[in-house]
Amino acid sequence: MRSSLLKKIRQAVALAVFIVFCVIFLDYRHLIPEKYFDIPLWFQFVPSAIKFVTIGMVAGSGFLAVLLLTILTGRTYCSFLCPLGILQDLFSRIGGKIKRRFKRFGFKRPHTVLRYSLLAVTVLVVSFGGIYVLSLLDPYSIFGRFATYFAKPVILALNNFLSGILEKFDVYTIAHVQIPTFNALVYLVPAGFLLLVGILSLTKGRLYCNSICPVGTFLGLISKISLLRIKFDESKCTKCGRCAIACKSFCIDFLNKKIDNSRCVECFNCINSCPDKALSYSLVTTGKKKTETDSEKRNFIGGLILILTGLSVKSLAQEEEQKVEHKASTVKEKKTFPVSPPGSTGIENFNSKCTACSLCISACPNNVLVPSLVQYGITGIMQPHMDYHKGFCAYECTRCLEICPTGAIMPLELEAKKLTKIGTAIFIRDNCIVETERTACGACAESCPTKAVHMVPFEGNLTIPETNDEICIGCGHCEFACPVVPYKAIYVDGIPVHKAAKKPENVQTDLKHEDFPF
Amino acid sequence: MKRRDFIIKSASAGFAASAALSLGGYKKLIDDKPLSQSYDLVAIMGGKPEAMFDLGIQELGGMGKFVSRGQKVLVKPNIGWDRTPEYAACTNPALVKRIIEHCFRAGAKEVYVFDHTVDNWVNCYRNSGIEKAAKDAGAKVVPANTENYYQEISIPEAKILKKTKVHQLLLETDVFINVPVLKNHDATHMTCAMKNMMGVVWDRAYWHRNNLHQCIADYALYNKKPVLHVIDCYNVMTKHGPQGVSKEDVAMLESQIITTDWVAGDAAAAKMIKLDPLRIDYIKIAHDMGIGNMNLDSLNIRRIKM
Repeated sequence: MRSSLLKKIRQAVALAVFIVFCVIFLDYRHLIPEKYFDIPLWFQFVPSAIKFVTIGMVAGSGFLAVLLLTILTGRTYCSFLCPLGILQDLFSRIGGKIKRRFKRFGFKRPHTVLRYSLLAVTVLVVSFGGIYVLSLLDPYSIFGRFATYFAKPVILALNNFLSGILEKFDVYTIAHVQIPTFNALVYLVPAGFLLLVGILSLTKGRLYCNSICPVGTFLGLISKISLLRIKFDESKCTKCGRCAIACKSFCIDFLNKKIDNSRCVECFNCINSCPDKALSYSLVTTGKKKTETDSEKRNFIGGLILILTGLSVKSLAQEEEQKVEHKASTVKEKKTFPVSPPGSTGIENFNSKCTACSLCISACPNNVLVPSLVQYGITGIMQPHMDYHKGFCAYECTRCLEICPTGAIMPLELEAKKLTKIGTAIFIRDNCIVETERTACGACAESCPTKAVHMVPFEGNLTIPETNDEICIGCGHCEFACPVVPYKAIYVDGIPVHKAAKKPENVQTDLKHEDFPF
Repeated sequence: MKRRDFIIKSASAGFAASAALSLGGYKKLIDDKPLSQSYDLVAIMGGKPEAMFDLGIQELGGMGKFVSRGQKVLVKPNIGWDRTPEYAACTNPALVKRIIEHCFRAGAKEVYVFDHTVDNWVNCYRNSGIEKAAKDAGAKVVPANTENYYQEISIPEAKILKKTKVHQLLLETDVFINVPVLKNHDATHMTCAMKNMMGVVWDRAYWHRNNLHQCIADYALYNKKPVLHVIDCYNVMTKHGPQGVSKEDVAMLESQIITTDWVAGDAAAAKMIKLDPLRIDYIKIAHDMGIGNMNLDSLNIRRIKM
């Protein structure tokens, strides 16, 4: 196929995918039900691969679909489906507008050592049970962090600006929203990557994808055997070099009429740029020249597949004691463990599957999920934990459970989630208003959805909180509501492995009036 | 009586009567028809919330007595919790709807509804059924979820709560109608009329930190007072309040209290859930501060059983 239509199709699909992912991450009014997010999230390579390894075929089949797609069509994933890839194309376009030089690419040799080392390190760390390198480098997760930490606050600010104007006209259809604030240090990771990806894509096309991104490198290996690829018609080529200049992957060696298929992202810009129609996207032809097999790379791919499949067994076999760094001891609330979201079944399980894409953070209607800094240890940086000073886990909500693309947070029925214990409330009597001021409060108890925190008689008409471990689910509403500053009088300590809480018991009230009691 | 007032009154009386009659089984309306009685408190029992309100407001002279043509009205129900109506954690939506209809019938230009919720406000507004009920009646349902909707006011006579931030619509509207739901409450034993004001202010934690009962009473001194308190006692949360654990907490009392004195209203409401009003400190404090009268025996109370 030689048609210039290819590029247009690629642009249309990419734009649609990009918009869908922006909506997924920026839908701050939660207008779109989570179930519609499933399909676009399903074919995100890394999240799907994690699901494939940890849960199994059906849930993670998106990862297989991408592999198949790559075998058939080459790295189309990178140009059509990867939100970070598409974002870089947009940056590159802008770069070309700023300086024409930024859009004149040419042929360059690949950064072979760098890209294969990064892939190897990622795979190696993953195979030893650590997900942090993958989390840092997964393109989908990087995009998610850009959207959550940079784009979303801007969108929210715009919303509030608009809301303020409409309010003047007595229109309240657009409500003001709280812009969540995170620890500034948390911004180091996404800001660093924004700088790196931004500069590289503005000035050097897809250099990031071809030298750093482990998914790009991995799919590049597979695309070496892809059926469809860009080919030279040697009889037509006049070696004008326009294709090489148009190639944002720097992968067309027009003098030798060779294309480095491992770096080609099937953007089809070259086909459009060729005045002699010497380039086409077509089935690889067998026959005249047997492509020499690179045994070294074959072994590499084989090894990768071996490790990936072996991983599922390994993750099941892990039974080591969880090591979570303790919070600084100067804090009166002695939190021994952070709280991982319901559905994550426990801290260790969560830490081993979450790529910190931040989708749950963005989707949480109560802003209780925040990126961690060292709560899970430094390797868990950016992975979300429940911060009950910022919000509480709404009793009737299962949004993060339904939305997580990696299976780090697994879906639970609402009734099951309501009985899932993710932490336990601990009352510090010496901090409590009732004890210290001898005035009524009860903010914690009134907030408690299960009445695990309840008030018992104190002095006179006063009552004081008491907690019931068995029915407490650790939602954190008590901690959030506690008005004491700076340290709370009630807080939730995480538990390493989530448990089932007892269902609160209740008896029918018999209050009745035949006549007015006054 | 001005002609206009007369027309409004007659219309609302007719409206109430027809509504009551259409439900059937009610005789008292025909038996004695007090038109300009001055009751301190009207208590109704044995009907649907809408029908009870139709009767009760009629006994107080109709909504026209409180809302004039062209006025902006704020109707403040309790929408604090993400619970469906049968849990009785929020005000009965049918009652809210009927009150708004009465306001418009009395000539209100605009009716606003909001609450500073405890749970996620979008879910509270939706799942309580109040957003839909209020919109159906033609009211504007307004957010109250962020601080920028609030403006600082001062209450000079207050003991503790001398300054607080209230929702701007409280300041911008002409008439304020308080529509609490009676509930058991973990912190104060009971929540009802006066405590419902914790949903028009921004910083509730301040109240909790600084003598909750005194703050509740202090706020009742603020000069922008509700002209009417319609206390929903149809379904009543008798324990595990104010949020409730399950439907077992709810007793169907099929009652309503309408009053212009919230101290009296709270005292009467306390008795509905078998509490001695003296056990609830804020009622006592408010009474002593002269905000209202908790001695129900000294009040002119109209009791109606449907």
